[in-house]
Amino acid sequence: MPPRLLLAGFAGLIALVPLIPGVPVFWITLAGNIGLAALVAMGLVLLTGVGGMTSFGQAAFCGFGAYATAVLTTGYGWNPWATLPVSLAISGGAAVVLGLLTVRLSGHFLPLGTIAWGLALYYVFGNLEILGRHDGLSGIPPLTIAGHALTDPRSVHWVIWAAVILAGIATTHLLDSRVGRAIRALRRGQLAAEAFGIDASTTKLIVFVHAALLAGLSGWLYAHVQRTVTQTPFGINAGIEYLFMAVIGGSGQIWGAVVGAGIVTLLEEALQRLLPMIFGSGAQFEGVVFGIVLVGLLQVAREGLWPHLVALLPSRPRSPPGPAEALARRSIDTARKTPLLRLEAARKQYGGLVAVNDVSFQVGRGEIVALIGPNGAGKSTTFNLITGVTALTAGTVSFDGVEISGTGSQAIARRGIARTFQHVKLDPDMTVLENVALGAHLRGRAGVISSMLRLDRRDEAKLLAEAATQIGRVGLGEHMMKPAGSLALGQQRVVEIARALALDPTLLLLDEPAAGLRHFEKEALADLLRRLRAEGVSVLLVEHDMGFVMGLTDHIVVLDFGTKIAEGPPEVIKTHPAVLEAYLGGAA
Amino acid sequence: MDGTILLFLVQDGITNGAIYALLGIALVLVFAVTRVIFIPQGEFVAFGALTYALLESGRLPGTVWLLAGFGVVAFVFDVAAMRRSGGSGRRLVAAMVADLAVPAALVAVAAGVAGRELGAATHFALTVALIAPLGPLLYKIAYRPIAGASVLTLLIASVGVHLALVGLGLFFFGAEGLRAPAMSSLMVSAGPLIITGQSIAVYVVTLVAIVALWLFFERSLWGKALRATAVNRLGARLVGIRTDFSGTLAFGLAAGVGAVSGILVAPMTTIYYDTGFLIGLKGFVAAIIGGLASHPLTAAAALAVGSVESLASFFASDLKEIVVFSLILPVLLWRSLKHVHVEEED
Repeated sequence: MPPRLLLAGFAGLIALVPLIPGVPVFWITLAGNIGLAALVAMGLVLLTGVGGMTSFGQAAFCGFGAYATAVLTTGYGWNPWATLPVSLAISGGAAVVLGLLTVRLSGHFLPLGTIAWGLALYYVFGNLEILGRHDGLSGIPPLTIAGHALTDPRSVHWVIWAAVILAGIATTHLLDSRVGRAIRALRRGQLAAEAFGIDASTTKLIVFVHAALLAGLSGWLYAHVQRTVTQTPFGINAGIEYLFMAVIGGSGQIWGAVVGAGIVTLLEEALQRLLPMIFGSGAQFEGVVFGIVLVGLLQVAREGLWPHLVALLPSRPRSPPGPAEALARRSIDTARKTPLLRLEAARKQYGGLVAVNDVSFQVGRGEIVALIGPNGAGKSTTFNLITGVTALTAGTVSFDGVEISGTGSQAIARRGIARTFQHVKLDPDMTVLENVALGAHLRGRAGVISSMLRLDRRDEAKLLAEAATQIGRVGLGEHMMKPAGSLALGQQRVVEIARALALDPTLLLLDEPAAGLRHFEKEALADLLRRLRAEGVSVLLVEHDMGFVMGLTDHIVVLDFGTKIAEGPPEVIKTHPAVLEAYLGGAA
Repeated sequence: MDGTILLFLVQDGITNGAIYALLGIALVLVFAVTRVIFIPQGEFVAFGALTYALLESGRLPGTVWLLAGFGVVAFVFDVAAMRRSGGSGRRLVAAMVADLAVPAALVAVAAGVAGRELGAATHFALTVALIAPLGPLLYKIAYRPIAGASVLTLLIASVGVHLALVGLGLFFFGAEGLRAPAMSSLMVSAGPLIITGQSIAVYVVTLVAIVALWLFFERSLWGKALRATAVNRLGARLVGIRTDFSGTLAFGLAAGVGAVSGILVAPMTTIYYDTGFLIGLKGFVAAIIGGLASHPLTAAAALAVGSVESLASFFASDLKEIVVFSLILPVLLWRSLKHVHVEEED
């Protein structure tokens, strides 16, 4: 069954719940609570499962949303609907500030930071006079629609679930877009993403703010459903519970958040009834059960429940993208004779170790240049210096007459330098098509809002068609819709080449492209590179396969222990004494 | 406010800070060796304090049943692990000793000691002996099956363990708070300050513990094995270090340090089953300021956290927790500004 139909069915069912005669109000209220929690959990799914960040402080963002509307409606007589933008602006604004502080932090410091500010904010909520201190604020007006006050759980049920379903659709759309690919790519490391012009910090901040806005929306709704706000539901324990929901549902699965929120809310309700019967007193024993279930789940099914639920449905193979208007291409001026890339006394020192020792060479326009040398000669470091991954200790790198050293990977990618990596850096769970489309990131312009509203389809179709073209060009057309991780390693290297081509580069940097390829695959690769050269594209490659290098290149630069020991056309290098010495030792 | 009050506040802060330092160092230790961010550390503090207070009042602490229960569960996990990977008779015996015999012996000793008024030193030792084994047992049950998972997964598991332990604390110790009698009635006056015997005990024990940990890591083979595991798990395994054992040892040390901190705190304030979380988190603030790596920096940061807390509670007691937990923000800001992204080539 198509996902769209499934979603429509689910929405219909949820909408019918309050209409079924005889359903007690208690159950309707519970369903509403599930919806409110699902909104927060959805943000966490995006943050944790997709973006690879975790927050224990999401409840604090609910607090911002809830307190903002509580203060404005009770203290200043605002209409509840008018406070919604304010609630969202305050949650989002807080997320920008806290996000700027924390998203750049590596792995575990981010969640720890969220615990700290989550706790601090909890105490702020309970201590500010304007927020009613520990008593909180009460007498918040209900939402009204056309003069009808939504005081009945049955009527507010529709508002809550409409918000959940719309948020879920918008978030799903966001993930299935240019920005979404960037978000997903970050989980596997930033290096590859930044090499294609994705700003990792900004992308992470977008995810962080999106999650906070969902939490703020939930808080705003909560305030008008409960009609009273205190600090308790915005503490660190609530934050933990939200994370628990995201993990149970399956981190990475948007709709898993609804499943997780449902299970946790119902389990909590059941435990609050059952445990006093067993232990005689009703206090916090549910924590024990929650804790054990959480740890047990991580031990047996770390991916959560959603993937198992989806596996029950028949899956539909996704079809390759259709034709679309071609993307604009960079014009390559083949008439100019000045060199395209020029390294002048490029030097990289790690303490006392000189990895690249004052190396100078050039790559001309429409030229294939190889960088060779024994292991540890500094070839990959040189690549990193050119692409801005590593900062130069001294010297300069200029591209098309402009100095590019010190401008950073993204700026360098924008100039038309694309690269592959010695160790393949693809997202193994994304399809080959999506991985390659990441390469065309800079050639699209759809942003967050247009992606969520699906206004990005034309832009997106162009990017996907371009990706499909490049995949066809490297000869992997039949593997387009497979997860990249399912391909052989040699093929994955070729996918990286397609990704680099999708950037529409003037200079292509290939780090050991022929490694792991079979003979005829190497032939095909050499043909492809010759065709690119004929189009005016320059190629700089690191390669150990001398047959491949000698037959293909115009010019060879030889490094040994970080120092350039020779350069020249292949036939000169083949017999160069210093090269033979480096490769074969003195005896030759 | 005059200088005397300031001195009092700082002295009070340093006493608390010394305890945060102990906890912070234990957190750094566990993280370095196992990559587990050990949120439940605070629960061991509460359990230690409550166990000691109960023993001092002549009662048998619920800790013994907790220990016995943990032992049985850990034994089940050990047997399950052996069924998967194939275990020898020797391993089975080792598991029986570690999971069943040792806890049973400790339960018996505790039952013998409780109510006999054998003095604070005995109760101190017995409390540490009861709490420390909980660490390795907890490692076997909760963390070892996912030892290879990401830091994030381990952190989420830690939060689950924290929830479970707080609930178990309520079950075994009850909701009532306890406070132990002071270990000594000694009062030393130094200028305007009166230093209690309890504070002196805190300073001495903290110093001894820090020096002992330092010696352990620098001088003993086990300590070096732990450091090797911290640097590179696979490498450590290749040179014959059992990384499982390193994890067990690290958790044992952490639980022991938690118990000691709890015993030191018990006479200074009333401890409830859930008090440990906040105390542990303040150790965390120190550990984070120390970058989760440096022991001396963590200890220094802990003293600062204690002092700031004490000053904040004087000037604006309502805002005490806000101030303490916000301390972390400038540190995070500094880290994120100076942070250069380095990605490992795998």
